Amino acid sequence: MSEYLFLVPLLPFIGFLINGLLLGRLPRPVVSFIACASVGLSFVIALLLFFDLKAMPADMRLIEQTLFTWIPAGSFHANIAYMLDPLSAVMILVVSGVGFVIHIYSVGYMHHDPCFGRYFTYMNLFTFAMLTLVLADNFLLMFVGWEGVGLCSYLLIGFWYEKKSAADAGKKAFIVNRIGDFGFLIGMFIIFWQIGSLDFQTVMAEAPHVFIAGGGLITAVCLLLFMGATGKSAQIPLFVWLPDAMEGPTPVSALIHAATMVTAGVYMIVRTNVLYMMAPDAMLVVAIIGVATAFFAATIGLAQNDIKRVLAYSTVSQLGYMFLACGVGAFTAGIFHLMTHAFFKALLFLGAGSVIHGMSNEQDMRYMGGLKKYMPITFWTMLIATLAISGIPGFSGFFSKDEILWKSFSSQFGHPVFWVLGVITAGLTAFYMFRLINMTFFGKGRMDDKTRKHLHEAPRSMTVPLIVLAVLSVVGGYVGLPHVFFGATNYFEHWMAPVLSGGQAASHALASGGGDTGTELGLMAASVLLVLIAIYFAYLLYNKSPERATSLREKLSGMHKMIVNKYYVDEIYGATIVRPLVYFSLFLWKVVDVVVIDGFINGLAGAYSDVSGYLRTSQTGRVRSYATVFVVGVVIVTAYFLFG
Amino acid sequence: MENQILTLVTFFPLLGVILLMFVPREKTETIKVLALVMSVVTMLLSFWMYGMFDPLANGMQFDVNTPWISSLGINYHLGIDGISLLLILLTTILTPLAILASWKSIRTAIKGYYISMLLLEVGMVGVFCSLDLFMFYVFWEVMLVPMYFLIGLWGGPRRIYAAIKFVLFTMFGSLLMLVAIMYILFEYQKYSGVFSFDMLKILGELPLGHQQQLWLFGAFALAFAIKVPMFPFHTWLPDAHVEAPTAGSVILAGVLLKMGTYGFIRICLPLFPDATITFLPWICVLSLIGIVYGALVAMVQKDVKSLVAFSSVSHMGFIMLGMFALNLEGLEGSVIQMINHGISTGALFLLVGMLYERRHTRLIEDFGGIAKVMPLYSAIFMIVTLSSIGLPLTNGFVGEFLILLGVFKSNTVYGIIATSGVILSACYMLWMYQRVIYGKITKPENEKLTDLDWREKAILIPLVLLIFWIGIYPKPFLDRMEPAVKQVLAQVSRASTVEAEQAAPLNSMLETPQTEPETVTYNADGDSHE
Repeated sequence: MSEYLFLVPLLPFIGFLINGLLLGRLPRPVVSFIACASVGLSFVIALLLFFDLKAMPADMRLIEQTLFTWIPAGSFHANIAYMLDPLSAVMILVVSGVGFVIHIYSVGYMHHDPCFGRYFTYMNLFTFAMLTLVLADNFLLMFVGWEGVGLCSYLLIGFWYEKKSAADAGKKAFIVNRIGDFGFLIGMFIIFWQIGSLDFQTVMAEAPHVFIAGGGLITAVCLLLFMGATGKSAQIPLFVWLPDAMEGPTPVSALIHAATMVTAGVYMIVRTNVLYMMAPDAMLVVAIIGVATAFFAATIGLAQNDIKRVLAYSTVSQLGYMFLACGVGAFTAGIFHLMTHAFFKALLFLGAGSVIHGMSNEQDMRYMGGLKKYMPITFWTMLIATLAISGIPGFSGFFSKDEILWKSFSSQFGHPVFWVLGVITAGLTAFYMFRLINMTFFGKGRMDDKTRKHLHEAPRSMTVPLIVLAVLSVVGGYVGLPHVFFGATNYFEHWMAPVLSGGQAASHALASGGGDTGTELGLMAASVLLVLIAIYFAYLLYNKSPERATSLREKLSGMHKMIVNKYYVDEIYGATIVRPLVYFSLFLWKVVDVVVIDGFINGLAGAYSDVSGYLRTSQTGRVRSYATVFVVGVVIVTAYFLFG
Repeated sequence: MENQILTLVTFFPLLGVILLMFVPREKTETIKVLALVMSVVTMLLSFWMYGMFDPLANGMQFDVNTPWISSLGINYHLGIDGISLLLILLTTILTPLAILASWKSIRTAIKGYYISMLLLEVGMVGVFCSLDLFMFYVFWEVMLVPMYFLIGLWGGPRRIYAAIKFVLFTMFGSLLMLVAIMYILFEYQKYSGVFSFDMLKILGELPLGHQQQLWLFGAFALAFAIKVPMFPFHTWLPDAHVEAPTAGSVILAGVLLKMGTYGFIRICLPLFPDATITFLPWICVLSLIGIVYGALVAMVQKDVKSLVAFSSVSHMGFIMLGMFALNLEGLEGSVIQMINHGISTGALFLLVGMLYERRHTRLIEDFGGIAKVMPLYSAIFMIVTLSSIGLPLTNGFVGEFLILLGVFKSNTVYGIIATSGVILSACYMLWMYQRVIYGKITKPENEKLTDLDWREKAILIPLVLLIFWIGIYPKPFLDRMEPAVKQVLAQVSRASTVEAEQAAPLNSMLETPQTEPETVTYNADGDSHE
């Protein structure tokens, strides 16, 4: 089976080629069949490869496949080569699995769109790029996937390009990501010039011998790579593109801007965990940025009225959790949360898509309400996802989030402050998510009559994916049960262990950390309690007595305004970076280019023509004046020879 | 046949020029078809040459060397290595595409136009394969004449100003180059007793003191820097591009600019290694300014063509910087980027020209919503845009990455500044793309635009294929240039070690400095001659 590894990314690529080259010439059922089948088949192969890998002894779990030499130049050498290990196995299952479900959903969701074919072309290209990203066996090929998913994100955010806001959002996403890539590239350069290779295995094996643990260089490398991650995974300070990315079709938000692409930064850090474990200072930065983003984005989520924007900020916040996990050395927990988040957040977005679909493209929750009776499947599945993201025991999110919180407290890289902020964020999360549920599905319908008449449950192609994801949102957590639960086995941790052994060896640290069972259970209970209180408040304010929400909003109007305006971050960037740059560029063009350089040259030309114009006056064409000059000349020359 | 292939590729278009002279002026179709056929045959001949080229061999191939004006030591000396091979291919591929692009847009003095195009090709190919300084100079100047006419006769409203500016800038540089060539001629005569313009002989035999090298380098470098163009000698470029007809812009950006960078590689670096090291910081700083400056100014342009022109200033800055990294990665990146820039920028000018033919405007604000009416055009425009901003798996990435890798090795700070250009290029290209292609159609004139016809597809598809070929499998090209690049570096490494270390300090940030092969060599005459 292992010789078919390349098919996992290649199949969606073939789908992309067929649909792309024959765009507009294939009937819709064929287009959607090719798109879905290519991703589905890729999922099946991924599953078979997973079992192959599982059959191997734990420390030998590695499948490699080199296709061809890509760039050979001097001492530099990069291959197109894929690598499957426990980490990438989890990733390809999530990407192709969730991707497949979302492709199916899209068939129903995009049914009315005139650009059906273009949509699936982009989606297949995205799947190819994302699979390349997680299967790459070297930094450079990973960068190919990294930029490839960025491109697809750009194309799909701006899918409805006639809308200026959509085109703007796409461009913003691409450029902000490029700022992050700047760091990624420089990080790669340092790694290459230090180690002489960009292959993951060589780099991870050599790094402990080449870099001084805790030294400035390895810290710089990690921070530069992390800069790339902040761009792709929408962390402070580069998170600004993700909320705007909601301009794209909703399944795109589910696949790219929730389940897969935005988690690439987390994947990258776990992939390079050997380097990070050698740079504790960088780890601290990662943890601080992670927890700060988690908290900060959650507060913005409290006051958004667009259903997709709530989910967008929620995604930013949840990604912050994953970085917190990486920052405290709990890489397994980070990937575990990545996986469960992929299930429940994809479900939330698809549910929101179903709501928007039923509401005739209305996204503002202030005009929703009471949808429970019109769309029961959507309601129940979204409720499950909401319970999962809020961390209610028994649902997947509980296990993964709890593990992160516990590690942020107990790990040797952890700190109680991380835990406190993490738990407060969990409370905020539960609050804004139940606010969403209450505003959307409960209470009186606030839509106009035309919309109300049109209200309907989504077609089967959309509800089946919802149900599948709902099941995963529940059971997905049971692969990683915490040890404190009756000594349960954490399969996920065992599975991931070989990937992390190198990092632990390099740092001589135990990432699993200490702490006793009693503390762990106590902290768990505290966070669950806070979440329940938050849910009650959300019920109180947005279901039982909405007038209290109004009065609370008025009381805190200053703060509310600030949150609604997202702390004016976009405005600040505009005023301090974007506009000055444009003015400076105009100055360069209008002044330096036109006035200084061309002015100088035209001045030269002018001076030249002045001088020659003056000299020309001597060429009078009159014999008398020539004769005069001639005589004067003769006199001077003679005088020189006689008296000189 | 094999040893005359270079003569054939160089002068085959000249045969076309002669044939065209006998075609009556009114037979426009015959003229066009004949010009196209001649350029296509030249292209096929160059493919044949590519097939015969030995990728592993060192030194010049297909060498032809016969006395021409023997009293002055002028020889008919042609030969190519991997670097010139790729540049010749770029020329022979772009020329037929440029001719095809002129099919409908050129309506006046058609005969003269196509004669100019073919003459231009002779000059360009000649520059890339001359191994005799005199011939190099002749080809260099020959190509000025048809270009002057292309801009001045078939150009836009300010064509006369632009054409004169172009010629004056270039002439100013090449005059100094001529003086330098004459100086070398007499130095060589002083040294060996005979006249010779032969580059290989001069390179192998003539010892030049540091001071001499500085002056000679300066004279050549000025000529080349104007051609590239490097900041601050770039102001002729936007004017020339905006006024030139589409095909003129394609050739100008695609090939002519490369004559400058090629000159640096073929003449400045190997002949004046000490001066190269001395001038290195200056060249690097000017290149860096060019990268950032070109990108920023491109961002605020209102005319698509001048935007692409300023983006060229930025891209050519990358090429110069990679070259002066003086290591294999940087120099190989630089050469492959010359080809890439020819392809992507050539394609961009072609695309802009196709819009211009439909709307007779190039102002960004006159467009918007083009994707709706011209989907295929928009898709190809997107691919070319991505190639221009260096997205992986397009050609631009291979070049840009290798350049940055090389620059970063030789100087970390330069590397970091240059890498920031990656962000800026995305800004100006995507912003332009958005304003032209996306959005709603606001001008009623744009509603009736038709998508690409077969001729336009025939022009663009080969370029798109090249974009992906070099992006995904650049190995054949990199393999062929590697011996040549190594040779150039070996020649530069004749420079004195002391100076090399002064000029290219390895950054202290790197804890374990790599030993650079080109700096650990014997101490040349640089200091002892002072």
